[in-house]
Amino acid sequence: MPRRFTPKVITANHLLEGDVVYLTADDRWTRRHEEAELITDEAHAQIRLLDAEQQVDTVVGVYLADAVAGETGPEPTHFREVFRTRGPSNYAHGKQVEL
Amino acid sequence: MYRYNEFDRDFLAERNLQFRAQVERRIDGSLTEDEFKPLRLMNGLYLQLHAYMLRVAIPYGTLNSAQMRQLALLAEKWDKGYGHFTTRQNIQYNWPRLRDVPDMLDALAEVGLHAIQTSGNTIRNVTADHFAGAAADEVADPRPVAELLRQWSTDHPEFQFMPRKFKIAITGAPNDRAVTAAHDIGLRIVEQDGEIGYQVLVGGGLGRTPMIGKVLAEFIPAADLLPYLEATVAVWNVIGRRDNKYKARIKILVHEFGLENLREEVETEFALRKPLYAGGKDVALLEEIKAHFVAPTFETAPVDAFDTAYAADPIFRSWADTNLAEHRADGYAIATISLKKQGDTPGDATADQMRVMADLASQYGHDELRISHEQNVILPHVHKRHLPALHAALQKAGLATANIGLISDIIACPGMDYCALATARSIPVAQEIATRFEELKLEHEVGPLKIKISGCINACGHHHVGHIGILGLDRAGVENYQITLGGDGTEDAVIGTRTGPGFAYDEIVGAVETIVTTYLGLRQDAGETFLQAYRRVGIEPFKSALYPEAKTRAA
Repeated sequence: MPRRFTPKVITANHLLEGDVVYLTADDRWTRRHEEAELITDEAHAQIRLLDAEQQVDTVVGVYLADAVAGETGPEPTHFREVFRTRGPSNYAHGKQVEL
Repeated sequence: MYRYNEFDRDFLAERNLQFRAQVERRIDGSLTEDEFKPLRLMNGLYLQLHAYMLRVAIPYGTLNSAQMRQLALLAEKWDKGYGHFTTRQNIQYNWPRLRDVPDMLDALAEVGLHAIQTSGNTIRNVTADHFAGAAADEVADPRPVAELLRQWSTDHPEFQFMPRKFKIAITGAPNDRAVTAAHDIGLRIVEQDGEIGYQVLVGGGLGRTPMIGKVLAEFIPAADLLPYLEATVAVWNVIGRRDNKYKARIKILVHEFGLENLREEVETEFALRKPLYAGGKDVALLEEIKAHFVAPTFETAPVDAFDTAYAADPIFRSWADTNLAEHRADGYAIATISLKKQGDTPGDATADQMRVMADLASQYGHDELRISHEQNVILPHVHKRHLPALHAALQKAGLATANIGLISDIIACPGMDYCALATARSIPVAQEIATRFEELKLEHEVGPLKIKISGCINACGHHHVGHIGILGLDRAGVENYQITLGGDGTEDAVIGTRTGPGFAYDEIVGAVETIVTTYLGLRQDAGETFLQAYRRVGIEPFKSALYPEAKTRAA
């Protein structure tokens, strides 16, 4: 039986800066996870992924990451994606201080 | 120290110019990422979790003070003020922007450094004993050969698209400080009837299938070394597996094809290649390179200043006891600068610290520095009379931690704080273990103990050869840490044995403490090291201590 589709966001790294970005519903790339489009339909996810992958001059390494609806917007579920929203744990560098 | 000639300089300038144009074409959209990725990897540029990462080679771990200052400049100008020294004698910058990388490479070229072949399926940075040229136990300095191999392998047209990466390490001493047995090829300089030659190990490696290297040839004379190595890499390049990246390394070929069969193939290939080297240009080049590595003129002077400080100052004494090693010249010592201050990130140095180390190298150390695979910095030639002043200067810069070879001198890969491949974090685990034992004031009582931590199965943190190895994994969406015991990265290399089920992130430090407490309880006396005790009693006492519930169930 195919696995049930779980909600996703589309994420990548920015081509020039290399930092983590997310695709919004209005086709922007945002640095904030909570502004990402939370995709709940698998077919829609595939289309959005194709669209995102076309943007080769803006982003690198596009993929779908699990997320859930939170109070202010989508929240990551896996610890790797949580780390990507804030930066390393050994220094106050990256999104945790830049956003 | 090897100095670039015109050819080296032109080659590097040309290569950097090519990469600058490639970056421009990527940014203007004429290259896709699929096209660009192999090009950037060939030049050491990765895309990691939060940013790009530039990996710069420090060939055979050797730097002069000008090069160290340039590394500091890169950290300050294009990164966040620090660099991370790695287990392969590289330095990594964690935050460069794509547009800046060509300028960084040009700045490196000014001091004869580069990032070529620090990634990709090529022959990587050739690593060497970090005490090379200074150690009392050395047969010969391995660095001239390492430099020869660097020149031979750089842009070698046959070896640019191999089944997988290929790592070579070399030691010139019987005490193997370069982990040669864990490399695709490990070279050990040996002397036979007055002639210098090379014992060649093949098929070592860590990663998901850890293997200890096997002896492919007991003695290869200097004149045959390049054709023999070329034959070995060529055979693997042709028959090594390309169908599965996890089975592509030469260790799998050795395992599946057999050492004897491989040796036969290599011999056949060697016979074909040897005539190509008939002119002896490689031997002549090696002799020329050797001239660059002539030892400094060692001074003869009294060492009273050292003896006085050693007797009077317990802090200096403690540092001298752990951080100094025996030098081949009278009155000299090899001083290791620990980048493992308890609670700090293993292997990280700020730009200011790099400058301090560069200054100290030029003031007290004949202008030489080394980077170890254990992520520390070494001043290989310091006259003992300078050591008290050196120590005082290191203290001011937060670089005088007296812990070399002790429990807080931990190897840790960047793990999931930076690395895109990682399955769990390494750095905070290392920080917490070091801090815990600092608080317990147990470090010196425990004595020699190597903890090595990897944040994924690729084993950049060498966990398999740690006395205590820690491997961070993702188990059902949670960080989980497996422990191995009894690993050893020296000439008696051994892969550690897994204790059993892994531990959660908040349990792993406690588990390490349990292991250490168990050791302290069962050692015969303070002179029996952790590794000796482990070899005497085996893994069982540690298992019982780590998994008391399993014992209860079995009873």
